[in-house]
Amino acid sequence: MRDAFAKEMKLIAESRKDLVLLSGDIGNRMFDAFKETAPNQFINCGIAEANMMSMAAGLALSGMRPVVYTITPFTTTRCLEQIKVGVAYHDASVVIVGTGSGLSYSELGPTHHSLEDIAILRSIPGIRILTPADRNELIAQLRESLELKGPTYIRIGKKGEPNLHKNLNNLGVGKGNLIMQGNDYLIIGVGPILNEAIMAAEKLKDQDISVAVASLGGVKPLDSTFLHEMRNKQFKSWITIEEHSLIGGLGSALLEWESELKAKSRIRIERIGVPDKFIHELGNQQFTRKQLGLDSNGIIKKIQTL
Amino acid sequence: MLNINAVSNQELERIAKQLRKRIIETSFRAKIPHLGSCLSCIDILIYLYWNVLSIDPLKPEDPDRDRFLLSKGHGAPALFQVLAERGYYSIERLNEFGEPGSVFHEHPPKPGFIPGVEAATGSLGHGLPMALGMAVSARISKRSYRSYAMVSDGECNEGSIWEAAMLTPGIKISDLTVIIDFNKWQATGRSKEIMFLEPLHKKWESFGWHVQEINGHSFSQMQNAFVSAYNEKSMPSVIVAHTIKGKGVSFMEDNNNWHYKTPNEKELKSALIELDSKS
Repeated sequence: MRDAFAKEMKLIAESRKDLVLLSGDIGNRMFDAFKETAPNQFINCGIAEANMMSMAAGLALSGMRPVVYTITPFTTTRCLEQIKVGVAYHDASVVIVGTGSGLSYSELGPTHHSLEDIAILRSIPGIRILTPADRNELIAQLRESLELKGPTYIRIGKKGEPNLHKNLNNLGVGKGNLIMQGNDYLIIGVGPILNEAIMAAEKLKDQDISVAVASLGGVKPLDSTFLHEMRNKQFKSWITIEEHSLIGGLGSALLEWESELKAKSRIRIERIGVPDKFIHELGNQQFTRKQLGLDSNGIIKKIQTL
Repeated sequence: MLNINAVSNQELERIAKQLRKRIIETSFRAKIPHLGSCLSCIDILIYLYWNVLSIDPLKPEDPDRDRFLLSKGHGAPALFQVLAERGYYSIERLNEFGEPGSVFHEHPPKPGFIPGVEAATGSLGHGLPMALGMAVSARISKRSYRSYAMVSDGECNEGSIWEAAMLTPGIKISDLTVIIDFNKWQATGRSKEIMFLEPLHKKWESFGWHVQEINGHSFSQMQNAFVSAYNEKSMPSVIVAHTIKGKGVSFMEDNNNWHYKTPNEKELKSALIELDSKS
């Protein structure tokens, strides 16, 4: 995903002189093409994220369209107050991109995990929180974000994530999309972890369990049109999946949404996510997903208990 | 373009006396604190707004205007008086200062509510990095405006100040000027005793800045410093302005109780009499 991001940024820079890419000393060689295309529009801000985020706010307040890029913990919680005050309160048109989100850098330890970013940023007024499942969704959301006023956070993976969306027509900001059709259950998720959901749904076909898989594309704003559409399909249950804490992320957001509908019959929402703990027994992303029941087998087990 | 001789020092002194009185009156009426901090920076704010910044109060959103960010946002009661006096809005608007529901309170709100306010500050360490972003924006968009940020000595406790201090010359930005309102106090004590703050001059110099030290209550010293900062094209400039917290009222001067305290009626009268007695 990060390579797709770099490539797309270079393409956008070809025509937009107001685009500014701020990087926190990351992406060695990755932005060479961007720098060649628009040398004045790239700034390596060093390992100083607080300053970088406030700078982005200053750039936006004076007419530029800054995109801030570094590893997710450092572009979110490290400079949270700069996001809250400089970016969000000023309604500054800054795009914040966090790479290596969730457990992408699992083996690097809790310093590099980002399992609370959605929950924290969701409570700050005015920030769009986008969670593309693959590179195509990322590209669509990045391009659209740069046309919208106000701040956007895009939570992406690292590299090598498979393309999950087959229909690319409806990808964008605040847009949910079905990736797989099914009748019994709906797995609704955010981010590249949806690949595990697709694998689980495929395996469950052998057991005559029909599972639909959807990418919600973002957690704020929620695509309530899409959610109502899913509601009308009357699945036995929804299962939310996110590479994020169970506290405050997608699952919480959907429980809040469902609760506030005050509908006569409530849909059942089961959540899969990371429990409320730090993870220090390390392995690669797949290892940790498995440990936490976030892999396809974990999802199957969860559905079998319903 | 610098407008350095626009207003005489004598006239600036008159404005300063008037605005000091208004700041103290407002603090009394609306119970607004940070009086000492406002009185330490008011002379510099006046010099900037009358003789340095390239601005037009009737066009507060002109993309070519110079940018001034009050990074020490608790100086807002001083800034609000300066903006009114300079013509961004009527003095009468300040009658609502401190009223419930007013935008005029202890810190500047985000732009759009009070003409002339460039950024919401109050949490320290944000304004300077934002001003740096504005300076970078000028370079990319090939605009000729300059960016200014005023920080306090206490604010130099914040790591983000030094992040900005290190990056600015690193990316060869020279049209950014920082003014340090060096009143030697922060909320709970002497700034040099709370952290190892000094020597400020050498610290900034070693970070790659053109440093000048001046008396922050002397308009003639400000003139030389701002001209010199303007003409320095190879590096950014910082003006370390030695100031006196509570300047202008003898019983407030260098007395840190006036960081949070607001005057009672007797203190108000006494302060106004003292200011009026000065020529």
